[in-house]
Amino acid sequence: MTAVISPKKEKFIIPIGPQHPALKEPGHFEFAVDGEIVTEATVRLGYVHRGIEKGAEARNWTQNLYLVERICGICSHIHALTYALGVEVLAEVEVPPRAQAIRVLVAELERIHSHLLWFGVAAHEAGFDTLFMYSWRDRETIMDILEALTGNRVNYSANVLGGVKFDISDEQRKVILDGLDFLEKRTHHYLDVATSDGMFLQRTRGIGITRLQDAQRLGIVGPTARASGVMRDVRVDAPYAAYDMFPINIVVETAGDLEARFVVRLKELFESFRLVREILDNLPPGDLQAKRFPRRIKPGEVISRVEAPRGEVFYYIRSNGSDMPERVKVRTPTLCNMASVLSLAVGHHLADMPMLLVGIDPCFSCNDRGVSICSSQGEHGRWTWERLRQFGIDYYANKV
Amino acid sequence: MTNLNLSDEWNGILLKLKKWARINSPWAIHYNSGSCNGCDIEILATLTPRYDAERLGVKLQGSPRHADVLICTGPVTLQSRDRLRRIYEQMPDPKFVVAVGSCAISGGVFQGCYNVVGHIDEVIPVDAYVPGCPPRPEAIIDGLVKLLTALKQGDPPPTERPTELELENYDAATI
Ligand code: SF4
Repeated sequence: MTAVISPKKEKFIIPIGPQHPALKEPGHFEFAVDGEIVTEATVRLGYVHRGIEKGAEARNWTQNLYLVERICGICSHIHALTYALGVEVLAEVEVPPRAQAIRVLVAELERIHSHLLWFGVAAHEAGFDTLFMYSWRDRETIMDILEALTGNRVNYSANVLGGVKFDISDEQRKVILDGLDFLEKRTHHYLDVATSDGMFLQRTRGIGITRLQDAQRLGIVGPTARASGVMRDVRVDAPYAAYDMFPINIVVETAGDLEARFVVRLKELFESFRLVREILDNLPPGDLQAKRFPRRIKPGEVISRVEAPRGEVFYYIRSNGSDMPERVKVRTPTLCNMASVLSLAVGHHLADMPMLLVGIDPCFSCNDRGVSICSSQGEHGRWTWERLRQFGIDYYANKV
Repeated sequence: MTNLNLSDEWNGILLKLKKWARINSPWAIHYNSGSCNGCDIEILATLTPRYDAERLGVKLQGSPRHADVLICTGPVTLQSRDRLRRIYEQMPDPKFVVAVGSCAISGGVFQGCYNVVGHIDEVIPVDAYVPGCPPRPEAIIDGLVKLLTALKQGDPPPTERPTELELENYDAATI
């Protein structure tokens, strides 16, 4: 770790990232510290900004399904699902209920894998590597299930426009149920550890408290918000796919500290186990795909919202009647939650920073999209929409 | 080490020792220069109990200055290009680069996106490629083992660095 002293303000600034042992993904943070206490925090994002939204405009509807799936490797199914749901509304295609149920099934399996992944990484940041290894070992169970179902461990590409690619056989059903039984046992154990292990609690209990009002003011989403008592979950507020057939119960905690975030996520696992079992027992009969999906989609626009493991994913899709979208706008949960890290950082120990950061379960590859930031230092570095657009036009004109 | 004024014999022994250490315990550093995370979680999974790359002596650690192997994932974005190059330059010689994933090899699905400069070996020289989207942990281990075997047999893959001039031209051509 290097440290820089800025002579003017006599502040001691510790830059972290983009490559840093405490960060699994590139992001750049600067913490001004007074002794051990952080007095100011800034973040610079965008190291993994690839220009996917613009890229989506140059690919056709089906190709985009594979592109948006690769916005994030952890919640890949969620992105493809949100996109597919939106495009299906635009194209006015009815998706068979069996396909919707399988989509939800994969989404919940993905939530299990994502939460276990997060749990391990968070334990690692707390210095509890044993727990990290255990939870990742158990996570392999769910990876095996996903692989058996879809053929890939990550980026399952379970969706097609108008349905899903695979059915669930009886053998698979049994494998899934066995796996879930094992994981359920383990999750009880983890919940026990996260709420009773003294050393662990020292890193989580009472740290990074986000009050309900703050959570609402900062627009925090997902489990992070639910740990502060915000009753917000797209699966309940606006059920999509098969969530009206298979409702879930919101898990909320009110403490708002890191411990509550652990508890919310772990308890959500039980919800997911229950839901997956319920779906397997009551899988509606029928086709897997809609009969026909148009290549060109008539003009229109649509908003599609889905609850990803980290919170609400939001897609805006506009069609102009061609076989490519005119605009795809994505908003991912990490971006909403990032503000909470910066506001929480002030007043905490520097050593708590990794924990605060993983507390929101950040995912930088989702996160690094074009945002317009109103900098407090005026116009510095700010691009207007016109300037950005002109840049894009020039760029592509010069390229060809 | 060459400036220690050792006799040829001692130099030879020292080289052997270093090679032995390098092959038996390569320390790796991981940098995500624009990947979707898929490859990164598989790299992490490679280190966890099911696959446990540490039994081969591979250890993931934080500082480029301690690393022998740079594991890169993802296409190179405009913002992370200089970082990637800097990390590469901070690593002590000899150093090896493993490009993991289709994106790192060819840009993958992100080809043509405006902020993507290209694949890894357009920026730094790469010694081993592991294809897949994402590659399975077994494949990543296989890639590492192939690299180590090549080192053991004494023919380290050619690592030709781009010259300063090439880098400058490269900058001028892409920005
Ligand atoms: S190769 Fe696939 S999994 Fe790996 S970074 Fe690229 S898109 Fe993601």
